[in-house]
Amino acid sequence: MIADLLLAAAIAAVATGSVLARRAFTAVALFIAYGLLLSLAWVRLAAPDVAMTEAAIGAGLSGVLLLGAVRRLGPHADAPANLPPGLLLTALIGIGCAGVAAALGAAILWLPEPAPTLAPQVAAALPTTGLGNAVTGVLMSFRGLDTLLEAAVVVLAVIAVWSLAPDGGWGSAPGARQPVVGRGPLSLLARMLPPIGIVVAAHILWVGADAPGGKFQAAAILAAMWLLPWLAGLATPPRIAAPWLRMAVVAGPVLFIVVGLAGAAVEGAFLAYPPGWAKPLIKSIEVVLTASIAVALALLVMGPPEPDAPR
Amino acid sequence: MQATGWGALPMLAVMLPVLAMVVALPLGARRAERLTLAMLPAGLALAIGTAVAVQVGGAPVVHLLGHWSPPLGLAFRADGLAAAMLLTAAVVIGAVAIFARADFGTKAGQPERREAFAFWPLLLAVWSAINLAVVANDLFTLYVALELLTFAAMPLVCLDGSRTTMEAALRYLMFALLGSVLYLLGVALIYGACGTLDITLLARMAPDQPAVILAIVLMTVGLLAKTALLPLHLWLPPAHAGAPAAASAVLSALVIKGSFVLLLRLWFGVMAGQPMPGAAQILAGLGAAAILLGSVAALREARLKLLVAYSTVAQIGYLFLMFPLLASVAADSQVAAMAWSGGAVQAVSHAFAKAAMFLAAGIMAARFGHDRIVELGGAGRAMPVTLLTFGLAGLSLMGVPPSGGFAAKWLLLSAAIGAGQWWWALVVLGGGLLTGGYVYRVLASGLRAGEGAPDPAPIAWQRDGVALGLAVISVVLGFLPLAAFGLVQVGRLGVLP
Repeated sequence: MIADLLLAAAIAAVATGSVLARRAFTAVALFIAYGLLLSLAWVRLAAPDVAMTEAAIGAGLSGVLLLGAVRRLGPHADAPANLPPGLLLTALIGIGCAGVAAALGAAILWLPEPAPTLAPQVAAALPTTGLGNAVTGVLMSFRGLDTLLEAAVVVLAVIAVWSLAPDGGWGSAPGARQPVVGRGPLSLLARMLPPIGIVVAAHILWVGADAPGGKFQAAAILAAMWLLPWLAGLATPPRIAAPWLRMAVVAGPVLFIVVGLAGAAVEGAFLAYPPGWAKPLIKSIEVVLTASIAVALALLVMGPPEPDAPR
Repeated sequence: MQATGWGALPMLAVMLPVLAMVVALPLGARRAERLTLAMLPAGLALAIGTAVAVQVGGAPVVHLLGHWSPPLGLAFRADGLAAAMLLTAAVVIGAVAIFARADFGTKAGQPERREAFAFWPLLLAVWSAINLAVVANDLFTLYVALELLTFAAMPLVCLDGSRTTMEAALRYLMFALLGSVLYLLGVALIYGACGTLDITLLARMAPDQPAVILAIVLMTVGLLAKTALLPLHLWLPPAHAGAPAAASAVLSALVIKGSFVLLLRLWFGVMAGQPMPGAAQILAGLGAAAILLGSVAALREARLKLLVAYSTVAQIGYLFLMFPLLASVAADSQVAAMAWSGGAVQAVSHAFAKAAMFLAAGIMAARFGHDRIVELGGAGRAMPVTLLTFGLAGLSLMGVPPSGGFAAKWLLLSAAIGAGQWWWALVVLGGGLLTGGYVYRVLASGLRAGEGAPDPAPIAWQRDGVALGLAVISVVLGFLPLAAFGLVQVGRLGVLP
């Protein structure tokens, strides 16, 4: 109980600090800490799947994206900032935010106890899928459509980021070229960590059917394993015009949709798995989807292709 | 909820564009363009099929994903409103795709260009997202639909890569993400209170807990930001005016309608059991303010594309006049049916008229090299078809009979009188006059003999043709007997069969 209170207080403190921080880098560092503390909170709430996703995506990947944004903002740090709002406006904003926060707090306390839940229905229907992890059952079967569409959103995000490419570099490698880091911790990590990371990711993916874990967490780790050598200048990313790269980004979502349409053709409903085929089909989709999401996440971190600017 | 026959039609209307959008990435710009064009007839056929199935069956068409029924699983439910929106989206996307070939096409042997690479999958993404937003019946699936819609629409705004459009796109993104956050908060609260997110089940539950009311308030504000109802419209004019013409047409005609349909599902689906007449009056008040202020801004605007964008701000206002009319009378009354049809026909006819108007404005801006309204003299001689398109679309927006806009405004007017809320009828009439004013400004300037007018050129019949076609549809909607709008009544939640 004391530990939970401390954790909650720490989360609130880090969140407040992130909002109040004057320097962008401080705000991002606190945001990453916030994500990690939040994943601890999910562990305390007995939601290990959510905790892993929060740590991998919420703290890890979002943190890297934000740090990249801070670095790009660096040269423009002395750009004229917006005028601070006047006293009256500040007061109104404060009152508005306080009102929303109070209403949300009250609404949470008003929620029925015990909370209405679909968990018994999930547990009753889970055996027909052959899966042991209820979360995977929800994500890949009962609400498989949402997961499929989210995977399509990831592809859309890659297209959207590439559409922001400055003129002159279309088709070349994504992101700015990284200087080679000869020695030091980054270089060492970039050489040592990937083999271990890939094994860990494969494990997380594989146990996801029956234990906490799954594709988004595994994909985030895989993406990090690709980003490390890139950041250390040891590997150059492929050109975005490369057909295999583009195929890799979409292979998972395409397989997912094709399986869904096949379900409509054979079983009469989109994403209906034939009896006995649910688990093997779900595992196959997850393996390919993990690879696709990993490639997409890494590409999102690298950013759009840039013409080689003199540096 | 039971699956019905023909449920595969709306399912395919959503999934085929998603598949095409994903596949477009490895195909590259040139083949993505062809794939999009090949998808157009299939999408139109699926939309027509859905509409026929809904109309003939007199009941919504339902598809249960993976055979799991809600609350455990997810359902697609195409009611009459959804069928009408599927049809609208298929026609508008088709016209825009044909129109856009001149700007975003890739000739054989030409290397891939950034804009062409991005445009076609983004167009397909908008299509699938709007289809999903009207047929999905689960509040979280609808959240994903909103995300798809936002992340497809935002890059379309800044496709030209200029600094101003980047700023407009960023501002749009901020408003849209604020809307997403508020919507998602509401989804979490509703699940916590009710244990399901299926709209039909929620409507049957008639939830009245404070948490649900708060959720609906948060979600409404979020969706208003995405629909750009005044005072949350500030992002719209620079974004819709700055985008390439083809993109503007899609943004104004379709993208803002996705969040609007979702608002209808919340207010007259989830909350059908407890109408909120007071809050509905506020929404319509904002709508009336949008009509007046948006029209006045359009009257004073010097640039053509910004004028059309402010016209969108005003026309969005009409969509919200239906809220107090529906909230104050019994759901199965004649007045409620008229108000519902009026709102739906307004959404559809505005989509066609505004798409036509943006395409016509784009053609004019491309020929003149600028879009300053006072310098459009000679347009009538150099490009008569384009000016005719603008005029026809303007007639529909004004609500001059016979046109789709007239049918919509007549239905809203009659419903306002029937509900005893005559003040909204005054707003409808006043808005029509102001619309006439700004449309007249453009036509008068275009019909003047002008100095800098371009020489008459052979009409690019494809571009002029599709723009004119959309304008004609927006007018012809008014010739349909009012009974044809019975389609949008099918499966209205809150009206128990």
